Amino acid sequence: MSKYTLSVNGENLEVDVVPDMPLLWVLRDKLKLTGTKFGCGIAQCGSCTVHIDGVAVRSCVLPVSAVSGPVTTIEGLAPGDDLHPLQSAWIEHDVPQCGYCQAGQIMSAAALLSNNSQPSDDDIDQALAGNYCRCGTYVRIRKAVHTAASFYNADKRNG
Amino acid sequence: MNSKKISRRNLFKASAIAGGGLMLKLSLPANALEDGATTLVKSSELNFYVKIASDGQITIYAPNPEMGQGIKTTLPMIIAEEMGANWDDVEVVLAPIDPAKFGLQGSGGSMSVTRNFDAMRRMGASAREMLIGAASQLMEVERRDLKAESSQVIHGSGRSMTFGQLASVAAQQPVPVPEQLSFKDPRSYSIIGTSVGSVDNLVIATGLSKFGIDVDVPGMKFASYTRCPRPGGKAISFNRAEIKALPGVVDAFILQPDARSGKASMAFLEGLAELQGGVAIVGDDTWSVFAAKAKLKVNWDESAASADQWSKMVTDARAIAAKGGGEVKLVGASVPEALSDSNNRTIEGFYEFPYVAHVCMEPMNCTVDFRKGTAGKPASMEIWLGSQFPNQVKEIAENMLGVKQENVKVHGLRMGGGFGRRAVHDFAAEAMAISHKSGLPVKLTWTRTDDIHNDYFRVGGFENMKGAVSPDGKLAAWDQHYIGFADSGKPVIGSGLRGNELPMVAFDNASVRQSMMPVATACGAWRAPGSNTNAFVEQSFIHELANLAERDHVEFLTELMGSRRWIDEGNISALNTGRAIDVIKLAAEKAGWGRKMPEGTGLGLAFYFCHAAHVAEVAEVSVDADKNYRVKRVTVAVDVGPIINMSGAINQVQGSIVDGLSTMALQEITMQNGRIEQDNFHQYPVMRIASTPEIDVHFIQSDNKPTGLGEPALPPLAPAVTNAIFAATGERIRSMPLSNAGFKLV
Repeated sequence: MSKYTLSVNGENLEVDVVPDMPLLWVLRDKLKLTGTKFGCGIAQCGSCTVHIDGVAVRSCVLPVSAVSGPVTTIEGLAPGDDLHPLQSAWIEHDVPQCGYCQAGQIMSAAALLSNNSQPSDDDIDQALAGNYCRCGTYVRIRKAVHTAASFYNADKRNG
Repeated sequence: MNSKKISRRNLFKASAIAGGGLMLKLSLPANALEDGATTLVKSSELNFYVKIASDGQITIYAPNPEMGQGIKTTLPMIIAEEMGANWDDVEVVLAPIDPAKFGLQGSGGSMSVTRNFDAMRRMGASAREMLIGAASQLMEVERRDLKAESSQVIHGSGRSMTFGQLASVAAQQPVPVPEQLSFKDPRSYSIIGTSVGSVDNLVIATGLSKFGIDVDVPGMKFASYTRCPRPGGKAISFNRAEIKALPGVVDAFILQPDARSGKASMAFLEGLAELQGGVAIVGDDTWSVFAAKAKLKVNWDESAASADQWSKMVTDARAIAAKGGGEVKLVGASVPEALSDSNNRTIEGFYEFPYVAHVCMEPMNCTVDFRKGTAGKPASMEIWLGSQFPNQVKEIAENMLGVKQENVKVHGLRMGGGFGRRAVHDFAAEAMAISHKSGLPVKLTWTRTDDIHNDYFRVGGFENMKGAVSPDGKLAAWDQHYIGFADSGKPVIGSGLRGNELPMVAFDNASVRQSMMPVATACGAWRAPGSNTNAFVEQSFIHELANLAERDHVEFLTELMGSRRWIDEGNISALNTGRAIDVIKLAAEKAGWGRKMPEGTGLGLAFYFCHAAHVAEVAEVSVDADKNYRVKRVTVAVDVGPIINMSGAINQVQGSIVDGLSTMALQEITMQNGRIEQDNFHQYPVMRIASTPEIDVHFIQSDNKPTGLGEPALPPLAPAVTNAIFAATGERIRSMPLSNAGFKLV
């Protein structure tokens, strides 16, 4: 067991775990942040997507010992009690069915929007290529990302 | 807005109005996720489903388990409509598992709306009458001059009282006699038929929604379970000392198979939840028990294990098809004559479809706290899981461990997908046995490999088809030989013909036979069981016959229906030919059927009837020289009667199209000496976003009773796509998945 200090959603948290424990299980079982989901354990489905330094990563294959920057999970995507534009857009478009994959979808989309505020369908398809939705909500996911981008841009124009 | 109630409708409006820069403040009180009713104000219960607080907040219990089909939103909408409630004032809470109050509380067979529509209307109407009774008393006016709408009871004079003001007096009113309740005129509906966002969208989008896998119980340990790679095998011994010494491991032990857990009162579940032998590992966190599982070395007794071999099943099925025979299910008067009549044109095709897995995004899991009995206190158990039939797990506790059902408390959580998989509770039996043996509250989580290997698969199968068309281009004979699978002589779920398929129900000269091969691999209900494979075969072969007759497919198919009629009057589970014709024509029209298509593109049509739903789909597909195909658009026409939640209904259709495409394009489970050969998504992929077609959905809101939509839009998709590929290329595909024939979905 080793001690690690992680920055998660802006808080510094200490955990005492084996070095090869993937970040996913540190978040879920040790820090009780269960918004990040387990789907496959081999970085194929994207349910476990979080941000490290703003970049989308699959937390199910990232050992805690290799975490190199601040971690953001779905619970900390928007500061405080705010909603991220993607979260609002997800609600507006009634995207979820079972909802299990959606945190991962939103985290991948958020990483996209932070680099590309006017993504095309192709951009969205590429950024979300690592995220399965077994219920098949892809049509609405695309629409919601476009809507969130328009929120984003209006936000910027309004300063 | 700490004290302000979180309303989805408010949120929706706010987001629509805010446009850019939406930053809605959110502060959910701790109990808001559990129970929408604020505990600070007095709340009055009008019936099991409806509570109204003095501040006007209406709590409606959603009786049925939610797996993504939207039922947690749909059923409360029906109650709210009949009450005259304003949807903004409604908080929906998932009802506790209590069949005495809430009935079956099961989700399966697309039956929730069909089964509950009238019951929910009665609950709403009953609450409404009690509110009107209260208003009549308090306002001292005649009942007949009062009406309920927008969460108020309004008098003809314009005076009104809010539901909140009326609640406590309403709760004292006599409960109306169900037979005397009247229902709203559908033309005055303000909730039913509109688009309402799923009630859990906010907690899902913010990561706060609790699925079974997110359960955390004080003192809880974590468990993994490892079954024999060949189903039916059992553990003799394992490297226990080595496993127990691994970091984070608390205990490890063998569980013996236990058939008692498979006893079930619901016939279709009988025998399915038998505890399989294996090795349990209990530890401090999920990772520790997964990592230890990977180091297990088990000595298995495989004497009774499955030796199923998919490649041999294919060979055997072909031999059975060549030989003919089989159990006769239906005999046409002159099928052999028509097939051998030299004036007719004939065609034969051997179709095959593989076993497929459910792969719910949330792997199977269950949390159990077994408490030993003490003097004067019987053994008890508390269970947390996502299940389509949560109350059923009580039977497992009683049959396997002797815990009386009244001492078992079940918490049904939101499911990360169901699709039929969570109708069977083998994983719950494992969690119970592990908690029982370890004496600890335990959360069992399956790895994705467990989830695939231990699935109750959609059964594979084969159909040998022969048909004839007459010189005037009409169907002259239909001969269908189904070659499926049986366990102990009984066809497994989804294998075989239901007997009410097209064209048999509307065409006399059809013969149907069925042959069953033995199977040991577990099979179960997979979204539209039976229908999802029979639609592929039958709707493809009708297209083959239409082409043979050089007839337009729409014309040939609608001609088969004959006159407009119910096939079995009064039975909504039987086809209505008129409604079938209507959806076929609507889908064709909306898809631009008959237009000239560019080289390498084609339109394909299919119709199917199941779950009381008439559904037609037209796929527009392009195929390049390397067999890369793209489904550009799917046009869907559906008749399930009136739609309750338009947004939810469209979501179900869109999801069914994607699910159907994913399955037909990519997915196949194979067995090698009993072992399932696919271990994870790298070998069993799910379709990704880039392949998603445009999906254009149209409803015919007929005067049918409203029926379910979780399944029936899936079956027509596969034949619509393969018929379109034929139109584009001339190549007939008779086997799924298409990846086996070199076709690549892009």
